[in-house]
Amino acid sequence: MDAILKTDNLWVEYRAGQRGGAKVAVRGLNLNVQAGEVFGFLGPNGAGKTTTMNVLLGFVTPTRGEAHLFGVNVREPIARQRIGYLPELTYYYRFLSAEELLRFYARIFGLTPAETERRIDRLLKLVELESARKRLIKTYSKGMQQRVGLAQALINDPDLLILDEPTSGLDPLGRMKVREIIQRLKEEGKTVFFSSHELGEVETVCDRVAIVSQGELRVEGRVADLVREHQANLEQIFLRIIGYQPSSLS
Amino acid sequence: MKTPLALAGVVLKELYRRKDFYVLFVLTAVITLLLASVNFFNDDKIVRYLKEICLLLIWISMLVIAIVTTARQIPAERESRTIFPLLAKPVTRGQVILGKFLGCWFACGLALLIFYAFFTVVTCSREGHWPLGGNLQALWLQWMMLAIVIALALLGSLIFAAPSSNTTICFVVVAGILLLGGHLNAIALQQTEPLTSLIYAVYFIIPQLEIFDVRDLVIHDQQLLGWLDCLGASLYAAVYTGFFLLAAWLVFRRKPLSA
Ligand SMILES: Nc1ncnc2c1ncn2[C@@H]1O[C@H](COP(=O)(O)OP(=O)(O)OP(=O)(O)O)[C@@H](O)[C@H]1O
Ligand SMILES: [Mg+2]
Repeated sequence: MDAILKTDNLWVEYRAGQRGGAKVAVRGLNLNVQAGEVFGFLGPNGAGKTTTMNVLLGFVTPTRGEAHLFGVNVREPIARQRIGYLPELTYYYRFLSAEELLRFYARIFGLTPAETERRIDRLLKLVELESARKRLIKTYSKGMQQRVGLAQALINDPDLLILDEPTSGLDPLGRMKVREIIQRLKEEGKTVFFSSHELGEVETVCDRVAIVSQGELRVEGRVADLVREHQANLEQIFLRIIGYQPSSLS
Repeated sequence: MKTPLALAGVVLKELYRRKDFYVLFVLTAVITLLLASVNFFNDDKIVRYLKEICLLLIWISMLVIAIVTTARQIPAERESRTIFPLLAKPVTRGQVILGKFLGCWFACGLALLIFYAFFTVVTCSREGHWPLGGNLQALWLQWMMLAIVIALALLGSLIFAAPSSNTTICFVVVAGILLLGGHLNAIALQQTEPLTSLIYAVYFIIPQLEIFDVRDLVIHDQQLLGWLDCLGASLYAAVYTGFFLLAAWLVFRRKPLSA
């Protein structure tokens, strides 16, 4: 089966400020995400997760290597027709209401007005923002903003979702809801690629995970296999990989 | 085309909800009405004076609206990170530029309509006749000029990091062209050689914005421009606008976007 999301030897260097030097954020990353999978993309802060997603969405051009979505090079805008993306820490147009925002994005996808309204109703119900749908987004709490983000990522009924820390800023109930949404998407046959620092949650929803550190892929595999192989839970594996020594604290 | 239009709609909605520019409308109205209420002996002169002030205010207000609005469009998208969910949709960067341009330009068109409607009512009620054709032509030409200014400000917003420095530079450039642009050829003749050619080159490269300024014709109720001249000026504006938008696209196309 063809990979829906694929990176080949991906390198990304950022020019580091005035002094010239380059900061390598991603080093030769190879990822393959198959259709219908829920794939957890893990790594400590600064590991290069957001950078990898930035390449997948065409925001940043890789220094070397390539990335494909649905077999289309990410440089082509059409590669983004069937994906939904939730950025980390985003504020949406503050002067629009949730339904106006969704209507705007629906227009970009060329949805008919009837279809647009149907989807907006469904999505706002899904993320539980029905009562706030006519309020301007600037009056929303952080968690509400995050949920608007999730709704906009789903407006085109995408086949692949790229979510950058979808549960950050949400309360325990909100997190559980997001997990349920991811699970439901999986049942509908969608592919989900998401980054997270909540390893417990990753363990429950993901089929496969990859752990990156300093831009390099350290471990990749099915959650169950990893747990069996390492005789440890995901959190312990994660800490071991990033080189955490329990003794170093005491 | 639906994507740029959808983007333009958002620009308009934002301006309408932010309400910053309502101040300019009110200020122009108040100053003009104050002047109109003062009575001088010579009624003929005062009408002319009134028109002059009102048109000057409209010109300044419109430049402020056009430059300030445009300069902050793309920097604001990047700062609030709304550019990311936007570009994650099947939207090209060219469409973003076009959408922002259209939004700002339509907004200026609406503002111009309001200003000129007010101008027409105030001055014509004093004069007793309604030179609609002339005012319409002045409005149209000013709108065409603003297209160049907006495209320039959009290009600037992609080159200069801070919107405030871009705004200042745009104001200086536009004011410089309006005040000096037409005289550069005369200035060039008074200089010595390398400078002469340089100034001549600048004279031929910059858009001559002052050709769109027909305030004198409106103030003195003179003959309209021929419609062919109007068309020519519009084409001239379209060429420069297209050139600046193309340059903006070239700058934006390969720009890495990561906060
Ligand atoms: N625009 C930039 N310019 C220079 N360096 C950058 C830029 N963006 C990211 N980096 C660097 O690239 C590395 C990877 O950053 P990235 O944002 O991809 O990490 P991340 O895995 O998403 O981390 P987090 O879990 O904190 O979100 C970091 O060292 C960061 O400092
Ligand atoms: Mg990140």
